[in-house]
Amino acid sequence: MAPSTVHFVILAALLFGIGAAGVLLRRSGIAILLGIELMLNAGNLALVAFARQHGSLDGQVFVFFVMAVAAAEVAVGLALLVAIFRKQQAIDVDRLAIMRW
Amino acid sequence: MLNLLWLVLAFPLAGAVVLLAGARRFTHRTTAAVGVGATGLSLLVALGVLASYAGRHGEVVTQTLYRWIAAGDFSVEVAFRLDPLSAVMLFFVTFVGFLIHVYSTGYMHDEPPTAFARYFAYLNLFMFAMLTLVLGANLLVLFVGWEGVGLCSYLLIGFYFEKDWCAAAGKKAFVVNRIGDFGFLLAIFMAFKAFGTVDMAGLQAAMAADPAAAARWATPIALLLFVGAVGKSAQLPLYVWLPDAMAGPTPVSALIHAATMVTAGVYMVARTSFVYALSPTALLVVAVVGGLTAVFAATIGLAQNDIKKVLAYSTVSQLGYMFMGAGAGAFTAAIFHVFTHAFFKACLFLGSGSVIHACGGEQDMRKMGGLRHHMKATYWTFLVATLALAGIPVFAGFFSKDEILAKVFAAGAGNLHGYGKVYLVLWGLGVAGAFLTAFYMFRAVYMTFFGSFRGGPEAEHHLHESPGVMVWPLRILAAGSVVVGFVGIGFFGPRFNLFERFLHPVAPGVEVEGWHAGPALEVGLIALSVGVAVAGILLARRFYFGPDAGAIPARLATAWPRLYRTVANKYWVDEGYDAAIVRPTNRLAWWLWKGLDTVVIDGVLVSLAFFTEIAGDLLRFVQTGNVRNYALMVLGGAVAAAAWLLL
Repeated sequence: MAPSTVHFVILAALLFGIGAAGVLLRRSGIAILLGIELMLNAGNLALVAFARQHGSLDGQVFVFFVMAVAAAEVAVGLALLVAIFRKQQAIDVDRLAIMRW
Repeated sequence: MLNLLWLVLAFPLAGAVVLLAGARRFTHRTTAAVGVGATGLSLLVALGVLASYAGRHGEVVTQTLYRWIAAGDFSVEVAFRLDPLSAVMLFFVTFVGFLIHVYSTGYMHDEPPTAFARYFAYLNLFMFAMLTLVLGANLLVLFVGWEGVGLCSYLLIGFYFEKDWCAAAGKKAFVVNRIGDFGFLLAIFMAFKAFGTVDMAGLQAAMAADPAAAARWATPIALLLFVGAVGKSAQLPLYVWLPDAMAGPTPVSALIHAATMVTAGVYMVARTSFVYALSPTALLVVAVVGGLTAVFAATIGLAQNDIKKVLAYSTVSQLGYMFMGAGAGAFTAAIFHVFTHAFFKACLFLGSGSVIHACGGEQDMRKMGGLRHHMKATYWTFLVATLALAGIPVFAGFFSKDEILAKVFAAGAGNLHGYGKVYLVLWGLGVAGAFLTAFYMFRAVYMTFFGSFRGGPEAEHHLHESPGVMVWPLRILAAGSVVVGFVGIGFFGPRFNLFERFLHPVAPGVEVEGWHAGPALEVGLIALSVGVAVAGILLARRFYFGPDAGAIPARLATAWPRLYRTVANKYWVDEGYDAAIVRPTNRLAWWLWKGLDTVVIDGVLVSLAFFTEIAGDLLRFVQTGNVRNYALMVLGGAVAAAAWLLL
């Protein structure tokens, strides 16, 4: 049985859920970035799946854009993490809670 | 020369601007040169313009400077109009104005340089505004001048603003004038609504073209215009500001509150006489208000001890005569009285200024006396002007006042518009007023210049005649008070009345039909008005001259204490206004402040701010600073948005 769109979407939802859980539950900044990456790629998978179903290239073109933006985001995010690490010798985001009421 | 008309206004305006800009740097000499020079040049140009206008009898010359308002068919130009009526005004405003500027250089000499410059700046600005009022070719330009003179009047009444009562007098004048101005504005709106134009000539043409509309609108427009005139010309019931206006420097009282500005109301009525001529009701109202004011103010003048207050009430009274004449349809007679009054009343005020100057600022006539020995020129000029005001033959006031009384009598005898009886009563009031005028003016003369000095030996030592710059304007004005009457000899037919013939094209007046005074009656009327004037003088002489001066009035005051106090306190009109209008208004304002503003409006705003602050205090705990917390909120928000979109 060839995989249908439903399968891809279920997989994408699973990936997104795993990514979201990683962002919310992990304290390491790098793990959070990884979670974000997973969520983005879950979106990419869904886009490709729907593009396949509609037989058009629009969704695939979108994916390229998302990948480009994700690369930029990771670059900025990692740079921030390096800066944070230099400041407090750790990348635990819970220790960043200095900007509150 | 006629196209230089705008220069007449430009010089005083330029003078005012220069003086205001340089007030801090100018010395007395510079200020006097600029201030007097500007008015002098204005006078010269005006005389030139009038000389070249003299040949064009009755013509209307209009000079348009630029279009001020243009909206569809409606347009208002800044335009000046020279016709016989504005020519008369132009002449005496610039002439008397110049003399008073000269006089002021002497009178105000003790002021510090800054105040001196400020004084002349305001005075020049006043000249500009007054000339705008006089020359304005449409109601709107006239109104600009009207408000301008009001502003200058306010500034100059409150010239000594560091004294509370002077500032209060200025404020009172401004507020009371505003009441009248509001009526004037409504009249302009109504003229625009009814006829689509505010131009003087255009309005006249539109009213002639549509008699039905003209008949419908004439009365309301005329009455509203008259409300404006009542405010500016200090008639009942808005006269109360003028006596208080004496708080200003005396030359200001002479220029603004006697010779020029206060006659603007009469001028405006004559200017729009084509409206009044269509409305018997409005004419009757004008005449009745004028007649009542003439007598009412004269009675107050009987018991005043401040020399300037006497003159102020006499001004109110004389303005009443002018309106009474205008109300009888004799607009030229009213303007004639404006013209002669400008000379003798300016002379009287400047004379009183000279007296006050000599007495070191004292204005109470009970502390004067015997001044004729110390200041001969002031005494003689004051006496001449007083005779003119009292209406003694050959002096100017006789001709003009007598013409007004004759016209009112004619309106009564000829049953003008069917209101003959009212006009006859008004004539009676006018004659009574003439008696009172002669009495209180000679009371002032006897108290000031005769008897012995009552101000103490030290003040007596300082008595001196005023300097030449003050005495010469007095002499010129006194000469004017003698001669200017001869241009309008109103009896023995129209042949001798040059003044009326000159003005007839623009202010023809309302003719009384089917009645003419015979020569015998004319002589009788003249004899009567001269008789009451002489009687008034003799009574004043009996009361206030000789060894027992003041004894009879004192006995009368004790015999009728209530009557005396009522008159001396000006019928308690000010107190009445205070209780009926001023204090309720103040109370309302206080209530609006403490009740509405502080409690309601401020309360709403304060509680709004309070609740915003509380809400912010509570909501700020959302900002935990925890990144994962924010991420959860973002996720929750995204899920909620998606759910809302899908479900």
